[in-house]
Amino acid sequence: MTTLVPVLRSEWTKLRSLRSTVACFAVVVLAMIGLAVFMGARWAHQSGAIASSFDATDVSLSGVYIAELVVGTLGVLVIASEYGTGLIRATFAAVPRRRRVLVAKASVVTAGVVVVGELASFASFTLCQALLEHKQAGLSLADPGALRAVAGSGLYLGAVTLLGFGLGSAIRNTAGALSTFFGVMFVPTALVDLLPTSWRNVLINYMPANAGSQIFTVDRVHGALGPWQGLGVFCCYAAVALLLGMGLVSVRDT
Amino acid sequence: MLEDGIQARHLTKRYGSTTAVDDLSFGVRPGMVTGFLGPNGAGKSTTMRMILDLDAPTGGSVTVAGRRYREHPHPLHVVGAVLESRAMHPGRTAYDHLRALAESNGIACRRVDEVLDLVGLTAVARRRARGFSLGMSQRLGLAAALLGDPPVILCDEPVNGLDPEGIHWIRTMLRSLAADGRTVFVSSHLMSEMAETADHLIVIGRGRLIADASVAEVITSAGRATTTVRTPDVARMVALVDRAGGAVTTESDGRLVVTGLTAAQVGDLAAAHGVALHELSPSQPSLEAAFLELTRDAVEYGAA
Repeated sequence: MTTLVPVLRSEWTKLRSLRSTVACFAVVVLAMIGLAVFMGARWAHQSGAIASSFDATDVSLSGVYIAELVVGTLGVLVIASEYGTGLIRATFAAVPRRRRVLVAKASVVTAGVVVVGELASFASFTLCQALLEHKQAGLSLADPGALRAVAGSGLYLGAVTLLGFGLGSAIRNTAGALSTFFGVMFVPTALVDLLPTSWRNVLINYMPANAGSQIFTVDRVHGALGPWQGLGVFCCYAAVALLLGMGLVSVRDT
Repeated sequence: MLEDGIQARHLTKRYGSTTAVDDLSFGVRPGMVTGFLGPNGAGKSTTMRMILDLDAPTGGSVTVAGRRYREHPHPLHVVGAVLESRAMHPGRTAYDHLRALAESNGIACRRVDEVLDLVGLTAVARRRARGFSLGMSQRLGLAAALLGDPPVILCDEPVNGLDPEGIHWIRTMLRSLAADGRTVFVSSHLMSEMAETADHLIVIGRGRLIADASVAEVITSAGRATTTVRTPDVARMVALVDRAGGAVTTESDGRLVVTGLTAAQVGDLAAAHGVALHELSPSQPSLEAAFLELTRDAVEYGAA
């Protein structure tokens, strides 16, 4: 553990010293809070009563769908940009234990995303619910599923970061890793629609985006995985990418 | 443990059917600048990367300061490498770039300021590397290499693309690092550059060792000194040189080019036998000619 600390410190310096990574965190905060305020205000000012099927928690967390793409991109960039710029050689020359570098990098970026993600999701929830109080539709964290969904948003964003990081370390090329990340997030959900309905209805729940989103969803569709189960399935996808990257990094030339 | 510089033993690297480095064995000693010379594509960079454990050898091994590179717990204290001029993120400042590297090896941040000062980048320390000229990037690369005050310095083509002032600066820096007793290993494809900078040369071509000797030895062994002779008595002169063990070729304009004898020997020979000479001019091969001669068979993409 003591040997990991200097590498963690080094990777933290790298993360915070790039405008692009700082900008990614800013976009996560702005997108989540901005969308929560926008949605809250919109529902609060629409005429008539709010339908009973309306889920105020889900509405306040709409920004997660934007934030997940930003943090996945960030996960890809922190490793693939080192390969792209040639910096990875300086990094591995300084720390020849390459897996230690990947572990430190993944830890630092994921921890950053979870912290920022939690702050953003709690702020989003609070602000959105305050606006919805106008229509007596606001919820509190004590309402069923609310705390889990809000806290789960930050954890989910961390898992998405790890998926992006795993893909970035396995693929090494920014463009390739980014398109693969977007592919993993969107394509499987679309592809299962081509299957016979009976298969589709089972498999759809295990597709990365569908499984992962359960953790921040209160009002779930019939047959969907439970929130923690879903997050677990998503983490399995991220783990596959990470293990691939970890396995390849020590055998490949740089 | 630090006294034995770099040792390569039967180092080999193959990419599919291409052999980039072929059974290369050499040693690099401390206290001098050792040039690593070879035409482009000879395997210099591949060898450098194998020294740093960035590329895995297909066969053989290489040790730095007595151990495999990856077995050094804090390698920046042992080896400083300038691999490519742009091994940095363009969006990061010079200071942060060095700081991240320093932290990974437990080097204090105050050392970052020291090396920035050493390479003359203090004024631009807070600027992002994107705006750096090639010369500034090379200085930053060298600053990174010096962070751990290592006894071994590796530089891959440090003068490539630099202006004369930058070349002079790098050369002076490398020479002073060697004078401190460090092992300095510098690759180049320019013989003239190496003759100015290096004390010892390791010459490779097509991944194979061609020469491992002092700069002077490489030049004399590779390039043959010639003497141009002009005389009205060509036939006798040719016979005399031949008998004395030299070799003669006759140019189309009647000049004789003698190899194997010094100009003095040719002059004495002519005087002793009463042959009139109209011209007697010795010529040393140029460094580039010596290098071309040495690597003639080893240029991968030579002109047909």
